Amino acid sequence: MSRTPLDTVEHAAATPDVELPWAELGLKKDEYERVVEILGRRPTGAELAMYSVMWSEHCSYKSSKVHLRQFGEKAPESDAMLVGIGENAGVVDVGQGYAVTFKVESHNHPSYVEPYQGAATGVGGIVRDIIAMGARPVAVVDPLRFGAADHPDTKRVLPGVVAGIGGYGNCLGLPNIGGEVVFDACYQGNPLVNAGAIGVMRHEDIHLAKASGAGNKVILYGARTGGDGIGGASILASETFDDAKPSKRPAVQVGDPFQEKLLIECTLEAFQEKLVVGIQDLGAAGLSCATSELASNGSGGMRVTLDDVPLRDSTLSPEEILMSESQERMCAVVEPEKVDRFLEICEKWDVIATVIGEVTDGDRLEIYWHGGKIVDVDPRTVAHEGPVYERPYARPSWQDELQADDANKLPRPATSEELKDQVLKLVGSPNQASKSWITSQYDHFVQGNTVLAQPEDSGMIRIDEETGLGVAIATDGNGRYAKLDPYHGAQLALAEAYRNVATTGAKPLAVSDCLNFGSPEDPAVMWQFAEAVRGLADACQQLGTPVTGGNVSLYNQTGEAAIHPTPVVAVLGVIDDVARRTPVAFQEEGQLLYLLGDTREEFGGSAWSQVVHDHLGGLPPKVDLERERLLAEILISASRDGMIDSAHDLSDGGLIQAVVESALLGQKGARLIVPDGLDAFTFLFSESAGRAVVAVPRSEEVRFNDMCGARGLPVTRIGVVDGDVVDVQGEFALTLSELRETHESTIPALLK
Amino acid sequence: MARVVVDVMLKPEILDPQGQAVQRALPRLGFDGISDVRQGKRFELEVDGPVDEAALARIHDLAESFLANTVIEDFSIRVEEVAEAAK
Amino acid sequence: MTARIGVVTFPGSLDDRDTQRAIRVAGAEPVALWHKDKDLKQVDAVVLCGGFSYGDYLRAGAIARFSPVMEPLLEQAKAGLPVLGICNGFQILTEAHLLPGTMLRNDHLHFICRDQKLRVENAGTAWTTDYSAGQEIHIPLKNNDGQYVADAYTLDKLEAEGRVAFRYLDFNPNGSQRDIAGVSNEAGNVVGLMPHPEHAVEPLIGTGRTDGLPFFTSILKKLVNA
Repeated sequence: MSRTPLDTVEHAAATPDVELPWAELGLKKDEYERVVEILGRRPTGAELAMYSVMWSEHCSYKSSKVHLRQFGEKAPESDAMLVGIGENAGVVDVGQGYAVTFKVESHNHPSYVEPYQGAATGVGGIVRDIIAMGARPVAVVDPLRFGAADHPDTKRVLPGVVAGIGGYGNCLGLPNIGGEVVFDACYQGNPLVNAGAIGVMRHEDIHLAKASGAGNKVILYGARTGGDGIGGASILASETFDDAKPSKRPAVQVGDPFQEKLLIECTLEAFQEKLVVGIQDLGAAGLSCATSELASNGSGGMRVTLDDVPLRDSTLSPEEILMSESQERMCAVVEPEKVDRFLEICEKWDVIATVIGEVTDGDRLEIYWHGGKIVDVDPRTVAHEGPVYERPYARPSWQDELQADDANKLPRPATSEELKDQVLKLVGSPNQASKSWITSQYDHFVQGNTVLAQPEDSGMIRIDEETGLGVAIATDGNGRYAKLDPYHGAQLALAEAYRNVATTGAKPLAVSDCLNFGSPEDPAVMWQFAEAVRGLADACQQLGTPVTGGNVSLYNQTGEAAIHPTPVVAVLGVIDDVARRTPVAFQEEGQLLYLLGDTREEFGGSAWSQVVHDHLGGLPPKVDLERERLLAEILISASRDGMIDSAHDLSDGGLIQAVVESALLGQKGARLIVPDGLDAFTFLFSESAGRAVVAVPRSEEVRFNDMCGARGLPVTRIGVVDGDVVDVQGEFALTLSELRETHESTIPALLK
Repeated sequence: MARVVVDVMLKPEILDPQGQAVQRALPRLGFDGISDVRQGKRFELEVDGPVDEAALARIHDLAESFLANTVIEDFSIRVEEVAEAAK
Repeated sequence: MTARIGVVTFPGSLDDRDTQRAIRVAGAEPVALWHKDKDLKQVDAVVLCGGFSYGDYLRAGAIARFSPVMEPLLEQAKAGLPVLGICNGFQILTEAHLLPGTMLRNDHLHFICRDQKLRVENAGTAWTTDYSAGQEIHIPLKNNDGQYVADAYTLDKLEAEGRVAFRYLDFNPNGSQRDIAGVSNEAGNVVGLMPHPEHAVEPLIGTGRTDGLPFFTSILKKLVNA
């Protein structure tokens, strides 16, 4: 079953009229014509495979690029930024010589098809991005969104996704410290499985994905290459060139966390011995991406012999090898005299490593197969000079109507009894209920540095045992807010994550994002995207937190119905001494409860409007970024100076949700008094932004009030930590046991 | 009573980390000459009544929709006589 | 003069650094041991730490049990070398038949991570003298295959000989028979348990308790006073 003739560069030049299946590979006609123009001839099958996959939306960001530029153009001055957008992940200076890298990515579609493996390989991919920067991964977070909680398919998808994240992350020894779980019917056929990871290194250990120095060797190491995720390339192999081949290749990739754990240790050991010039992980587009990006970012060209790639399946064609998305592989560029030592380390960890090529003097990426040259391209045209689209966008016609459908006009509870019932309904609703059924399947203790983990406002990891230096991360997103107003919705996601980091006592430093949207070919979706990016870029500029990198996931829709626009924002913060961190749980009876910030009648997109009225309309809460910054400063100062013993940010569900969570976690109740000027309903359910509840020891009351007064932050005393009931005076009282039962039984019951 | 055995294996092209780990350990334990190991699952279904074509069709549905994840796994079904003599 | 306590790293070990830290916090000297070396570097005691050695493929601990390092370890453990197996380490010790019984998948079929309450049943083993018998402690638990099972004869024997070292309290997290969380060998030098004492040695970190530290101070005192 020989492949005759091999479609070499020479052969392609000699046979200009051969029809190639560019459309089946997802290229548009003009895109294919551009490839021909770039090469000055028709591409070989292998070249076509590379261009088609690298110019896909997923790899080239062709629809989003023109908007994403704002993150660079509007980037605030920040001393913290060491490596910015464009690398595998951004890197931030957190002091004491440490640098932290972090990133959030999506694995939405694979997780719907095969929830366990889709989610597992999502974790694997983001962790390799972190290693590729030179960092030791120290934690993962998982923002998840599923369809309606009571939909039968949610029962298939959610447990699989959770088991996959746990199965992979737990086996890697990475504590899972945060994330979210949100249910909404809009995600029914399109769950959002985003995965984030944080890594730590010393400044001098930062590594970049570039191939420099002619003569340096290109080493592929990790798992053997199989036919994973190359449905597209099979077209080339089976229909165009060789009809006898099996045409069905699995679109699903299977992860091997054990292999990845070895890859982490072996890579870090190679870094420690300074053996690596440049490094790139193999994720989407596999070797196509790794070779073209390494070569494109470096100073020279690259020559690769594809025959040397270790295979799991010997029937793979060269096109398939180039496109394979087999997991747990990395590509390193190593100086010739260090190759032996590099291979020795791989051997020590039982990791297969093979020299597959070398850096050359020229500026071409050349790939050989069975002695023939099957790729000869300028790597930049593959990796960085793909098509860029200015997709048309337009504010959808229904936006005005949606915003006019004011949630503030919904019927409110008329009696104290009704108010109490609605509180119970809220804290027991799937979105507000305890997620411990999920988070208890993740290891949050491993590595022995976890200071805070979910359900805390942010996850926190100690990075230096001597000094107590730590980092915090929070991820937030609210598709309902963003649907009502994508510009402000994106800002609210940032504001919440920023606030969550500050609530635990850490100073927010930098941002990563995962932008989940519908089809960019729909002008309404494109408008949502453009607005969200503009909103996020403006807000990052104002808050002084640059975007260090991120990920865009488009085409999240079922038929014509797009998901809610869902920008998920991760904020990274630093804390000088983790001993000063502030937890959510009430610590001591008798401590005074203060509400920081202003409470307005803001119910658009609120949890209350969803839970009680199944309603989505009006405007989201007002954004005041200067207020967010002030609130954060107060929370950080109060934590550093020991003025508060617990704190919780107010977001979806409002004040009552926050107080119930703090009470249940601390196993201490609270007596609340409705402040003057507010009605009980607004006090309990409003979702005004820029707010937090803190518990202040009596000895610190004066000092705390003075600080807030001096800096102009509105502060209202709303009660005291006390007893074993949550008592809203003059309205109702709920025992902790009743609240606990309501809050904790929902998710297990739904997934039984 | 009859027993129907359903064997579920990862499809040949799907990575099998478990089988690989076992295979890599073999030389160390002195077992040479085994070039590949793949690990699967075996289900034994005790069927009430006769195992006729209708019953097998139902078991086929069951295996396809439930026992195997056909995105990544294949399955095979066979009938095993329960040894009467043992009773 | 302090004690040297070895921590074995297998491919897939996860808590090796944490265990080394716990040994340091207790005041002893941690010594890294490598699975491919048939050499225990003359350590005074060994900890087999948690993780997923060889991915827990085949059975938890089944492949690691045949590592070169296990040869001297088996020999010396039988001669009295103190050995502690935590989680995956416990699974390796049962696969190696240094401890009786075995671990099945959790009865609820999920990985479980929680702050687990335990009762110290035997404060006389090499690793538990700094506890008192009957003491109630909180130790993080995290595993997929933690359901301890053995035949009735073995269980009765363990109970009669006081070799059930730890029992789950209030909540049995994995369906373990007789709520058994950890056991010892006859001599009391080899102890295995599913919960992770090395994750409970510093205030603020993890659960914020230090209930796991006495494991490491117990062995240190025993070795230094020996």
